[in-house]
Amino acid sequence: MAENQRILVCAGTGCASSGAHKLIDALKLELNKQGLEETVSIVGTGCQGFCEKGPTVVIEPQQVLYCSVKPEDIAEIVAQDIMKGERVERLLLLDQVTQKPLSTMSEVPFFAQQHRIVLKNCGVIDPQKIEEYIARDGYAALKKVLKEMSPAETLEEVRKSGLRGRGGAGFPTGKKWAAILPTPSDKKYIICNGDEGDPGAFMDRSVLEGDPHSVIEGMLIGAYAMGVDEGYVYCRAEYPLAIKNLEIAIRQAEEAGFLGNNILNSGLNFKLNVFAGAGAFVCGEGSALMASIEGRRGMPRMRPPRSTVSGLFGKPTVINNVETWSNVPHILLNGADWYTQYGTDNSRGTKIFALTGKVNNTGLVEVPMGTTLREIIFDIGGGIQNGKAFKAVQIGGPSGGCIPEEMLDIRVDYDTLTKAGAMVGSGGLVVMDETTCMVDIARFFLDFTQKESCGKCTPCREGTKRMYEILDRIVKGEGKLEDIDILENLSYTIIETSLCGLGNSAPNPILATLKYFRHEFEAHILEHKCPAHSCSALLSYTIDAEKCKGCGLCAKNCPVSCITGEKKKPYVVNEDDCIKCGTCVDKCKFDAVVQA
Amino acid sequence: MLITITIDGCEVSVPKGTSILEACRMHDIQIPTLCYDPELTSDGACRLCVVQIEGNHNLPPACRTTVWQGMVVQTQSPKVRAARKTILELLVANHPLDCMTCQKMGNCFLAEYAYDYGVTGEIYQGEKRKLPIDDGNPFILRDPNKCILCGKCIKACSQIQGKSILDYSFRGFNMQVSPAFNLPYNESDCDFCGSCVSVCPVGALTEKHMVGKGRPWEIKKVQTTCPFCGTGCNFDLNVKDGKVIGVTSNPDAPVNGKALCVKGRFGTDMIHSPNRLTTPLIKKDGVFVPAEWDEALDLVATKFQEIKNNYGADAIAALSSARCTNEDNFVMQKFMRAVVGTNNIDHCART
Repeated sequence: MAENQRILVCAGTGCASSGAHKLIDALKLELNKQGLEETVSIVGTGCQGFCEKGPTVVIEPQQVLYCSVKPEDIAEIVAQDIMKGERVERLLLLDQVTQKPLSTMSEVPFFAQQHRIVLKNCGVIDPQKIEEYIARDGYAALKKVLKEMSPAETLEEVRKSGLRGRGGAGFPTGKKWAAILPTPSDKKYIICNGDEGDPGAFMDRSVLEGDPHSVIEGMLIGAYAMGVDEGYVYCRAEYPLAIKNLEIAIRQAEEAGFLGNNILNSGLNFKLNVFAGAGAFVCGEGSALMASIEGRRGMPRMRPPRSTVSGLFGKPTVINNVETWSNVPHILLNGADWYTQYGTDNSRGTKIFALTGKVNNTGLVEVPMGTTLREIIFDIGGGIQNGKAFKAVQIGGPSGGCIPEEMLDIRVDYDTLTKAGAMVGSGGLVVMDETTCMVDIARFFLDFTQKESCGKCTPCREGTKRMYEILDRIVKGEGKLEDIDILENLSYTIIETSLCGLGNSAPNPILATLKYFRHEFEAHILEHKCPAHSCSALLSYTIDAEKCKGCGLCAKNCPVSCITGEKKKPYVVNEDDCIKCGTCVDKCKFDAVVQA
Repeated sequence: MLITITIDGCEVSVPKGTSILEACRMHDIQIPTLCYDPELTSDGACRLCVVQIEGNHNLPPACRTTVWQGMVVQTQSPKVRAARKTILELLVANHPLDCMTCQKMGNCFLAEYAYDYGVTGEIYQGEKRKLPIDDGNPFILRDPNKCILCGKCIKACSQIQGKSILDYSFRGFNMQVSPAFNLPYNESDCDFCGSCVSVCPVGALTEKHMVGKGRPWEIKKVQTTCPFCGTGCNFDLNVKDGKVIGVTSNPDAPVNGKALCVKGRFGTDMIHSPNRLTTPLIKKDGVFVPAEWDEALDLVATKFQEIKNNYGADAIAALSSARCTNEDNFVMQKFMRAVVGTNNIDHCART
């Protein structure tokens, strides 16, 4: 048996919901049974990233990756892998081409092609133990900064690194930090924005769950550089594990002297508070977030003044995203020159993406800025599920846009994506295949934004609702050709006149979809057809008399009994009564039901 | 320090820190706005005052954009007018079109701007609000379906009255303005000062007792001082056919501006009350009997004279009221000192 054996069980929210804690219980029992409880340790880690194959288990030090593990597999893993050093092949991932089992993580393309800086500890350490963070250079950057660097030198290093805000807009972090310095004030704040709300995005949750100390350390370095003694982490209440792990981490950091007064005898004082948001997407907007912390209704306010002049409780405030803060310790520990080797000229470092949708390997992916969408979706993501054709990828959440296949080779950085009509956003990547209707996708995002609009300004409150209604009519086949013009006009007015970023970017999913998939809108309106065969109101079901064997299975399973016929003769669908559920298509063994 | 900017091709100079909207108003340039009020903080919520600034891609609101030296602003460009029209179309699309019976008709900013911009409300067809009307109190009629959510009532309540009864509730298309927990006014802590009514640009908040009593163009406004206390608030009596049908704020009132209390704003029903005394009454054989003024004043004068002759002038005292004007109070003390001959004069507001 190898020495220092550790069994890492992914206990992030995704794997926890697919049974990770049962695995940990089963492992404890089995190790006790085999008398191995003293020699082999079990670690419940944060998100290991490979959510598609969860719950995942990694055996260290060999880095063996077991996928979709169930409690009944545990005895075999312990007996075979831990005790004999032999792999349990049926739980290993198979190479997509050769179908051979891949026994270590480094052989798995999903991991091999990533470059993990921010996610360095995610899925590797127990986030509830500060010692594990410290053992992997945790708080070393803070020590270095406090002992060797002045606040100005610290800020300069962040500026030189070219780090830009990972929350979406990409504002240069060093510039933002410097902006808080000139305003004299008896109190200043820094905030970590963990109100991650984009559909399909879970980067910040994973970092807060899996490596909370990296965020705390980043904020401590920021506090030192900016002369701030109090901070807040605003985390949405829907992330209970993130809040729990963060609170444990703060308590441990306080006990270890990393938080509190006179930190590491440097004279630095820093108090960190956790604030749970009540679940409003708009509270991810800085001024709404601060209003929420102040106990007011979470609504954005107009600038100026900027928050660096008058922010939380009217005091100068710097607000950065979880991932931005988490980058900071790495930059300070390894230097700006090290950091700038990753990424492109204007977008340095790496970016975490939450890869979801119709892709084979959904999960958490960290790649250098400038990686192409094709590399992310096909090399790391393993391509499209069920051999279907790629159609588009939605990037940047409700503020972003859909990128079509012909643009798969564009590099993912702030400026390139903005030019393409999308945005890096917080990092959600939702992959769509040929069965996805792009009008319906636009409708989905507008449904989201019109519900999440705070309601303060007219164009966003009333305009997003009307855009949603128009899109809803189009997917039902009730659209008119002039609706496209109305959508475009309304989009530009909302972008140009809305109060905050939510409204300014809410029409992006429509504009990008119209730019690349206008023909799908026209097909819905003019031909009453959904090219993706997705919009149920526009589908028709008929039975091909030549293929139909008259088995009656369709009629038997039809929930509204609208299929009639005699045995051994072709059946007929009564389209007036059909609710277009598609059950008949699924049930027919002879492909006789035609969906059009 | 003066800043020079160009508005619609004309150079104007305004003090530093002025907003574009204020600069325009100083120079009689009309910009539509629904949420701006000089007495309240400016939120830039309605977005109707958007203007075009050279070098700026978006259309910022004039009320929340401070002028800078050399700024070039267009307030009526086709792009600006198109954006305002769209915003008005959006508001009207979610607004009842019962203008014929709406109390605000003739005094409604939404209708005025819709007229100016040729807005019909036909472009955006879809859901309209169907919220219950709050008429459970005698003073304020609140129709949330007519509310354009400008937020002025919220700010008038919190910033001028310091009561904070109203706030936004719900969000997005479902947003409303209401007392806490969406309670009706009469179940909230509202004092019914009616400040919210005085700032509402549309028919969402109206004076309940004035409903159906008259149109703005039929009403003569008579500025007067409130008789209820000594503060001296001014307001406009709304007079139609020689009858007072209600009170509205007069923004130029020197003491109180638009602010009033429940009595001043809603307590005018006594003017035409049939129970009101119109002649002096003299008690004869235990019953009050109507009398002529001369008879009544003679009686009082005779009795005062008797008391003074029998017991001296200091046996008489007078207590004057804060509900009288300064002039009335002056005359009262003069009467006591010079005519009656005593210093026994006091006032209810003396502390």
